[in-house]
Amino acid sequence: MQRIGDAPAVRRGLIAVALLLAGLFLLLPLVAIFAQAFAEGVAVFWTNVSDDYTLAAIGLTLFVTVLTIPICLVFGVALAWLVTRFDFPGRRLLQTLIDIPFAVSPVVAGLVYLLLYGRNGWIGGWLDAHDIQLMFAWPGILMVTIFVTSPFVARELIPLMQAQGSREEEAAVTLGASGWTLFRRVTLPNIRWALLYGVILTNARAVGEFGAVSVVSGAIRGETMTLPLHLEQLYQDYNTVGAFASAALLALLALFTLAAKAGLEWRTARQEVSP
Amino acid sequence: MSIRLSDIAKHYGRAGRALEPVNLEVAEGELVGLLGPSGSGKTTLLRIIAGLERPDRDPAGRILFGDRDVTDVHVRDRRIGFVFQHYALFRHMTVFDNVAFGLTVLPRRERPSSGEIRARVYRLLEMVQLERFAERYPAQLSGGQQQRVSLARALALRPEVLLLDEPFGALDAKVRQELRRWLRQLHDELGFTSLFVTHDQEEALELSDRVAVMSHGRIEQIDTPDALYHAPANRFVFEFLGDVNHLEGEVRDGVLTCGAARLRTSLPEGRERLLLRPHEVRLAETPSPEAHLPATVTAVSPVGAEVRVELAADWMAEPWLATLRHADYERLGLTRGQRLFAVPRRWHRFTADGRPQPAAPARAAAA
Repeated sequence: MQRIGDAPAVRRGLIAVALLLAGLFLLLPLVAIFAQAFAEGVAVFWTNVSDDYTLAAIGLTLFVTVLTIPICLVFGVALAWLVTRFDFPGRRLLQTLIDIPFAVSPVVAGLVYLLLYGRNGWIGGWLDAHDIQLMFAWPGILMVTIFVTSPFVARELIPLMQAQGSREEEAAVTLGASGWTLFRRVTLPNIRWALLYGVILTNARAVGEFGAVSVVSGAIRGETMTLPLHLEQLYQDYNTVGAFASAALLALLALFTLAAKAGLEWRTARQEVSP
Repeated sequence: MSIRLSDIAKHYGRAGRALEPVNLEVAEGELVGLLGPSGSGKTTLLRIIAGLERPDRDPAGRILFGDRDVTDVHVRDRRIGFVFQHYALFRHMTVFDNVAFGLTVLPRRERPSSGEIRARVYRLLEMVQLERFAERYPAQLSGGQQQRVSLARALALRPEVLLLDEPFGALDAKVRQELRRWLRQLHDELGFTSLFVTHDQEEALELSDRVAVMSHGRIEQIDTPDALYHAPANRFVFEFLGDVNHLEGEVRDGVLTCGAARLRTSLPEGRERLLLRPHEVRLAETPSPEAHLPATVTAVSPVGAEVRVELAADWMAEPWLATLRHADYERLGLTRGQRLFAVPRRWHRFTADGRPQPAAPARAAAA
């Protein structure tokens, strides 16, 4: 029996279209980035990458990412645990709220933070009076980055923890396990791959976030410029090679993330066959 | 250790009452089955005893293990063994680690040395005949083997109370039979007190010292299997345990009539509902002077000690089931589609509120 769309011509046609689109929209830009970055040779590329401002931007980006990940990790696990293991009024609402950072545009998120914590903002006035500056400084960048990346871990964990149910945890409690032992020896091993997957996504987004960060950063060169902001600035300054050198760094990071993700998926698939 | 429950009730928000205030006593070393249809509250009751669910505060029920009041004791401190329907083995741990889990999470000063843990786990695995599988993962075992691991795990801390939630429900008939026998043996050897939930009446009757029959969050009767079958407390218990045939009709002038069916009785005038067990129905080629209950054979199953015959007729609300000896089956030469007559040997009656009334023998049976 032949299924619909199984005729060789249709099949080959579809494959060709898919390949063409992937090539045009995904592969070609990637090649272009590296081509542009190395357009004037490796030496120029290197000069641009080792430029003080670029190094500062890389440093800030890594700093923010390194702080974001553990915070999102703890928050995501706690949230997933709460939503899947307890029943309380407002549970469904909370589950919907988790998606807010995905639903709103990052620029809006940045503006809201500015409105709240900026010098003229509701909380910002008080903060200013106490000489605490969050906006146009790294704490503001960290705050919006956390906001934007906060759903990733929880979103990975919730479906998995729902599917696994709480029977194993109940079994562990009847055997006398305390809360922490239970988490460490039963829950965590069951969710570790999904957790790592969530971290990878968090990492990718934290490094690449532009919209929300650009609103609260203040764009002070060498101080509050993350790599994506720095890239944009270079491009505005007609330093094409410099912009693409930074872009190449970000692209490399993205490729690394994809590889890690593929590796994890492969590993999980294998694990399902034999643990 | 004995288990005593008084006034244990449970309701779930708007979903309503899951458990009416329940009283239950299980003697030390007894094996008691909680039997009931799904939604009867049996699993809820078991989980409350385990401490996995909280009973309602009002009425303030109490749970006692021996003399120890455990009502407010956390699950992890109740020291019970619990066996789940779907085994709930730790999927990322080997069989050995699963069984050892309870021992390894003991507080340091109570924890045996790793050598002793090893010895104890292997003893347990030997007991459930799985010592060769110690390094396997749960996914590599059959359902029956997994349930045995789960039992060994539950027994590792030598609990005095073992609670089992539909322990054999997910297994096929043969494995179930084997595990049942084997649980009974373990129970007798180790002398713990067990309470298990099942919806399988055969399992409950075969395995338990006493069975608590539950429906709608109430214990309808708790008794030995024999007493439950022969002296049911009410209609629910009678109908739930074993197959039942119904005959419902109007009695007038000493004759109960229901469509084409007629039965001579000494019952009072009015509407009457009689219940008959399959073995209380005789089959004949001609009606008896007392009973005229025409029926058609719709199915015959000659497997087992008795032949099971399914009967249908216009006057029956539901098909009847009759069991007869192989000799009678051969004498009658039963085939599907054959028309014959059912003759009651005896029947049972219950009052409108479900209480049993003296079971009147049919006059035909006396003849």
